Amino acid sequence: MKLSDLKKIRIFFSLLFFLLTGFLFLNFIYRVNPLLFDTVIYLQFIPSLVNFINVPSLFVIGFAIVLLSTFFLGRVYCSTVCPLGTLQDLIIYSSNKLSKKKKSTFEKEKKILRYSFFFLTLLSPLFFSILIINLLDPFSSFGKILTNIFQPILIFINNTISYFLFNLNNYSVPPTEFRGVELPSVIFSLFLFFTILTLALLKGRLYCNTVCPVGTLLGLIAKVSFLKIAVDESSCSGCGVCQYSCKANCIDKSNKSVDYSRCVNCFNCFTACKTDGIVFERRYKRREKRESVDQSKRKFLFDTGLYSFSVATFGLLLQKIIVYKKTLIPESRTFPVSPPGSVSLDHFNSNCTACHLCVSVCPTKVLQPSYLEYGLLGFLQPRMDFIKNFCNFECKLCADVCPTDAIKKIDIAEKKLVQIGKVKFIKDNCIVVTQGTECGACSEHCPTKAVYMIPYKNLFLPELKVDYCIGCGACEFACPTIPYKSIYIDGNEFHQKAVMKKEEELKKEFIYKEEFPF
Amino acid sequence: MDRRIFIKTLTGAGVVAYSSLLFPNVITSKKSKNFLASDFDLVAVRGGEPEIMFDRAIESLGGMQTFVKKNQKVLVKPNIAWDVVPEKAANTNPKLVARIIEHCLNAGAKDVYVFDHTCDNWQRAYRNSGIEKAVRDSGGKMVPGNDERLYQNYDIKSGKRLRTTKIHELVFDTDVFINVPILKHHSSTKLTIAMKNLMGIIYDRGYWHKNDLNQCIADFATLQKPLLNVVDCYRVLKRNGPRGVSLADVATYKALVISKDIVAADAASTRIFGLEAEDIPHIRIADQMKVGTKNLSNLKINRINLN
Repeated sequence: MKLSDLKKIRIFFSLLFFLLTGFLFLNFIYRVNPLLFDTVIYLQFIPSLVNFINVPSLFVIGFAIVLLSTFFLGRVYCSTVCPLGTLQDLIIYSSNKLSKKKKSTFEKEKKILRYSFFFLTLLSPLFFSILIINLLDPFSSFGKILTNIFQPILIFINNTISYFLFNLNNYSVPPTEFRGVELPSVIFSLFLFFTILTLALLKGRLYCNTVCPVGTLLGLIAKVSFLKIAVDESSCSGCGVCQYSCKANCIDKSNKSVDYSRCVNCFNCFTACKTDGIVFERRYKRREKRESVDQSKRKFLFDTGLYSFSVATFGLLLQKIIVYKKTLIPESRTFPVSPPGSVSLDHFNSNCTACHLCVSVCPTKVLQPSYLEYGLLGFLQPRMDFIKNFCNFECKLCADVCPTDAIKKIDIAEKKLVQIGKVKFIKDNCIVVTQGTECGACSEHCPTKAVYMIPYKNLFLPELKVDYCIGCGACEFACPTIPYKSIYIDGNEFHQKAVMKKEEELKKEFIYKEEFPF
Repeated sequence: MDRRIFIKTLTGAGVVAYSSLLFPNVITSKKSKNFLASDFDLVAVRGGEPEIMFDRAIESLGGMQTFVKKNQKVLVKPNIAWDVVPEKAANTNPKLVARIIEHCLNAGAKDVYVFDHTCDNWQRAYRNSGIEKAVRDSGGKMVPGNDERLYQNYDIKSGKRLRTTKIHELVFDTDVFINVPILKHHSSTKLTIAMKNLMGIIYDRGYWHKNDLNQCIADFATLQKPLLNVVDCYRVLKRNGPRGVSLADVATYKALVISKDIVAADAASTRIFGLEAEDIPHIRIADQMKVGTKNLSNLKINRINLN
C-alpha cells in the first residue's frame, strides 16, 4: 500500500461515519433498531467518556480506543469518526470545487485561545456544570445542528410533498409529527453552524485546532504518538504542495516541519507530494540532528504534565456535581420534567451533553431543547414539554439512543412505573366546575388512571391518585382550558417509582342472562 | 380496412349498444339482489369470532353490495385511538376491520380508506393496534388522520352547542362511510360507542370538551354521516376506559351489533354492556334530537346466536 492510498481510506471511513451518524439524527422513521445507534455512536469521544464515567464497563470503552489510536497514529479520529470534522471537510471540499482552489498557508498555533477553551472545558464540571462541554463537544454540536436546523427542513419538505399528494388523493407519503422549533436552540445551532462554516471556508480546520476540546486533547497525545507525519528532508524538493493541501494549516514549508498536534490526519499531503518528501514515520527512531537535547526534554516534561493534568481533571468528573437550579418557570411548577430513565435532575443535568439525539428520535416530540427551565447551566438540555405533546406510554426510544447514559437504559415495564413528575389539579380552573358540563379529557388520556373521575353533581370531576401517576403529561396536554391548564405535571427532582393500579380480574367470558339483552 | 367489414362491425356494435339500452336488466342482472335487501333495522350477533359474526350480520342485511356499489370509494373508520395491543380492547378488533374491507372490495369498491384521528402518536397507534397490517393485508389503504391540513370546516345546522367543526377530507371524498367503533367504558361519557367514535373524524376535540361534551357528540351525530355502524363487542373494556390499565379490565363478550341507525346501535350496545341508554347522556340527548331511536322495542331486530 502506498501512502497516497491513505487518503482514500480516510475518505471512505469519514463518509461512512458521517452518513450513518447523520442518518440517526435526521431520520424520522422512529423504527430504527436501537442497536444501530449504539454501534454508530460507540466511538464518539465525549459521549463514550461521559457514559464510561457513569457506568464504568468494558462495553463503553469507545473513548479508550480513540485514545489508543491517537497514541499510535495521531488524530485519525478527527478525520474519520468525528462527524463535525467531516462536515467541515465537506464544506472545504465544496468551496474548492465551486471556486478556485485555495492554497493553504501555514498558520501559527493560537495557543492561548486553544488552551483557554481546553481548560475551561476541563474545569467547568468542577465548578459549574457540564455546560461548557455541551457547548463545545463536536458530536453534540453536530447533533444540535442536524436536529435543530436540518431535521425541521427535511420534515418540512416531507410534509409538503405529503400534502401535495393528499390533494391528488394519494396518501402514500405520511406527514410526520412536527411540533414547532425551540427558538433559543435554533438560534444557538445556527450560530454554531455559521461559525463552523465561516471558519472552515476561511481557515480550514481552525475550529478543530482552537475551539474543540477533543481536538486539543487528542492533539496533546499526538505530540507523543508512535507514528507521526514529517518532512523527509532528503526527498523533499521544497515545492510546498504539501502545505498548500493542508487543511489544518500545520505544515510549514519554510521550516520543513509539521505541527503534529494540529494535524488531523487527512493524509492530503501524501497524495499531493510528488517526491515522497512527506513520510509517516516512527517518532522515536534515532535521528542525528535538530532539536537540542535540552529542548526536547523540556517539551517532553511539559507535554506529560499537560496530559496527566487533563486526564486527572477528566477523572474528577466522576464526582457528583451539585447543580444549582434557578427556576424561572411559573411559580406553580417547582421543577422541570426530565425524561424517564434520567434518574434525577442532578444526574441528567450533569451527564447530558445536549447532543439532541433524543429530541431527534422522540416520536411525539414531547422532548424539546430547554431554554432556561433547568437554569442557565442546563441550557439546551432536553426537557419534557407537555404543551407540545405527551410522553407515549409504550415508548422509551430516548433511553435506547442516549449515548452518554444521561438517560439510562430502561426496559419498558420499568419505564411504565417511573414517576418523572406528579400530577396537580386546579379544581377551580376545571371546565366541570366552571361551566358545569362534562369534560374528562385528562382522565381519558391517563394511561395509569392516576386521574379518574368521581361523581360531582350530575357530572364527573377529575380526582387524583398520585401514587399511580408517572408524570407522562397526557392529562396536561389534553386539558383544553386556556391560558392556564387545570391539570399539570410538576417535575420530580428525583424520579420515583409509581404504584400500578391493581384490580381484581374480571370474569374472562361474559355469561349472558338471556340470549340477547334486548 | 375493407369497407364491408367496417360497416358490419359498426352495425354489430350499434345493435349491441341499442339492445343494452332496451334490456338493461340483462346486463345488470347480477345486481338485482340489491332489491331483495332485508328490512331489519338492527342485527345483533353473538358467540362467534369477529369476522364470522360480521359475515352473518352483513348477509342478513342483504350483503355488502346493499351498501357499497361498484367503483365507489369507501371510508372505514375504526377506533384506533391508543397505542395498545388488540387484547387490551381499547381499539377496534383488527380482524373485524379486515373483514369489512374484504366485503367492500368484493362488492366492487374502488378504494377502501381507513384512518382515525388518534390520541396517542398516530404511527404507533396504527402499528400497535394491528389495524395497519390488517388493512394492508386485506387491500385497504391506511390514511393519516392527525394533521389539521387534512380537515375542512363544516357547518352543523341542527347543532345546539356545536355549530361548526373541522372534518377529515376523506369523509367528503368518499361515497360510503362505515363507522366501526368498539364498545368501551369511558371515564366521562360513561360509554364510548358509535357516536363517540365520530370524534375521530374531526380535528379539534378540545373544543367539544370545553363546550358541553355530551351535547356536542349528539350535535355532530345530526349530520348522519355513517351509512352503517358496526359495533365491535367482541372484547369489551369494562372499566378504566377509554384506554384501560391492564388486561384485567377486559371481558370477552363475543358480540356484534350492526345498524344504520347510530342511536339504535349505541342503545343496543349499551344493553350488552349492562347499562341503559337512558343513563348515557349523549345517547339520551341524540334520541331527543331525533338523530335516531334508542327505543329498541320499536325496531325490527335480527338476533343471531352462533352458539
